[in-house]
Amino acid sequence: MNQESSLWSDAWRRLLANRAALAGGVILLILVFLAIFAPWIAPHSYSYQNLELGAQPPSSEFLLGTDTLGRDLFSRILYGARVSLLVGFVATSVALVIGVSWGIVAGYFGGRIDSVMMRIVDVLYGLPFIIFIILLMVIFGRNIWLLFGAIGAVEWLTMARIVRGQVLTVKTQEYVLAAQAMGVSNIQMFRKHIYPNILGPIAVYATLTIPQVMLLEAFLSFLGLGIQPPMSSWGTLIRYGVESMEEYSWLLIYPGLTFTITLFALNFFGDGLRDALDPKISSD
Amino acid sequence: MLKVILKRIAIAIPVILIVASLTFFLVRMAPGGPFDAEKVVPPQVMKNLNAVYNLDAPLIIQYRDYMLNLIQGDFGPSFRYPGRSVTEMIFTGLPVTFELAFYAIIVAMIIGSLAGVIAAVRRNTLLDYVPMTIAMIGICMPTFLLGPLLVLYFGIYLEALPVSGWDSLPGDKILPSITLGAAYAAYIARLSRGGMLETLSQDYIRTARAKGLPEYQVIIKHALQGGLVPVVSFLGPAVAGLIGGSFVVETIFQIPGLGRFYVEAAFNRDYTMILGTTIFFSTLIIFFNLLSDIAVLLMNPRARSQT
Repeated sequence: MNQESSLWSDAWRRLLANRAALAGGVILLILVFLAIFAPWIAPHSYSYQNLELGAQPPSSEFLLGTDTLGRDLFSRILYGARVSLLVGFVATSVALVIGVSWGIVAGYFGGRIDSVMMRIVDVLYGLPFIIFIILLMVIFGRNIWLLFGAIGAVEWLTMARIVRGQVLTVKTQEYVLAAQAMGVSNIQMFRKHIYPNILGPIAVYATLTIPQVMLLEAFLSFLGLGIQPPMSSWGTLIRYGVESMEEYSWLLIYPGLTFTITLFALNFFGDGLRDALDPKISSD
Repeated sequence: MLKVILKRIAIAIPVILIVASLTFFLVRMAPGGPFDAEKVVPPQVMKNLNAVYNLDAPLIIQYRDYMLNLIQGDFGPSFRYPGRSVTEMIFTGLPVTFELAFYAIIVAMIIGSLAGVIAAVRRNTLLDYVPMTIAMIGICMPTFLLGPLLVLYFGIYLEALPVSGWDSLPGDKILPSITLGAAYAAYIARLSRGGMLETLSQDYIRTARAKGLPEYQVIIKHALQGGLVPVVSFLGPAVAGLIGGSFVVETIFQIPGLGRFYVEAAFNRDYTMILGTTIFFSTLIIFFNLLSDIAVLLMNPRARSQT
């Protein structure tokens, strides 16, 4: 028990020492806070249209200006954060559940089960999932939960590989073999030895999956195949921004900036977490 | 060696068939027929329409006919544009998309590997930090944001480059190619830096240096082959990303390529077009993954004996 807690506190210390990761983490915390409390923080309604106030440049009344339909851009970015971050977390969780269970089963049982399961992963890797998600969106309508599920269902492959590799490594350690020889049950073995050892890589990879998932959602929304109005994610905001960027460039620049900063923060935080949990692998 | 390659090909063919079948049935699962959303048509017309598009046959017969036509390269008629076949539309858009992807890859390879190799050789100097920071920005900045920003700056603010079309104005290929290639340049820079760093620490590089070869020869003759393996194995999967990227870039720059056709088909619910292009893209991606696997086998002698 002592051993375990000192591993985590070591990692924590290394994370705090990494400025970029720390900054990323703080930005993320602020964003999550803003997203959760958007209804109370947003100065205006995100859907209320006032055509007389259409396309106002940023001012003290409308911090980041208004869009062509007179909706406050700042409020829309806040609400967009809810959708974008929600996609990030939900889809990543879906990927996590599938990938981790797949990897553990393959790695733990090994042999034929392992080779069949990993062959399936290999084959799936070669498939054009972006196209499949678009296909699903077209066929089943643009339902946001379907979107979350579909994105999650395609992002689990790498997770399965990482977890399997980790399980395989742990499985051949001497203390695990010793435990096996003493007749420890599968469940006990998993709880005591496998689980604590795969937690780190899972945490790291989950953090790095979130930005990928958010990019995928924004990509679909940008093409008009993702989130539908009046709801908006950052991807849809960028889409509208592009439509009117010639006259009203702020409509593109602020949502774009928010999105890029968020992706930056997530990537830096994820890289920092990886370095902190596994100092052997550096960022290159 | 040949056996390994043949084995890979043998796996790829059933995968393509499975993908094609899966897509076929998925599209058939779509609620409503392809003509439902349109204006109400008399039953007789509907019947004729269904007969023309082979929709009155049992599903399994439709499937058989579709697959048989597919093998002969016939993707059937378009639902949305009567008189045009999906095959014809694919081959109208394809050359444009290929050209765009080709330029993008050239841009990415040249900028990316140059930056990566220099960064690895001059590790921990300004020549390492600056390109790698730019690469990080390149990875975080999505194509659909970079494209419009380039349009805004070079097209609208500087008025230096055309911002739409393909082959109609001089220089109209520059911005799309850079937009599509930028993210890959960034990835390739990181991959080639990592690969070069690892290769440069190998024993045979030390030997090459020890026998007195000048540093540039060590790098060009000995390190590059090993150091660029990660880049080559990335190029296959990159094709999938390039296709996705072409959807965005062709939409932004209004390029009449296959990517834009696909997005339009998705909007118009042109089911046969979606079906055809999905199968086509999948085959393309599987094919390029195969190519890059084989290329990696040829470049890396150690991988040959493993599989």
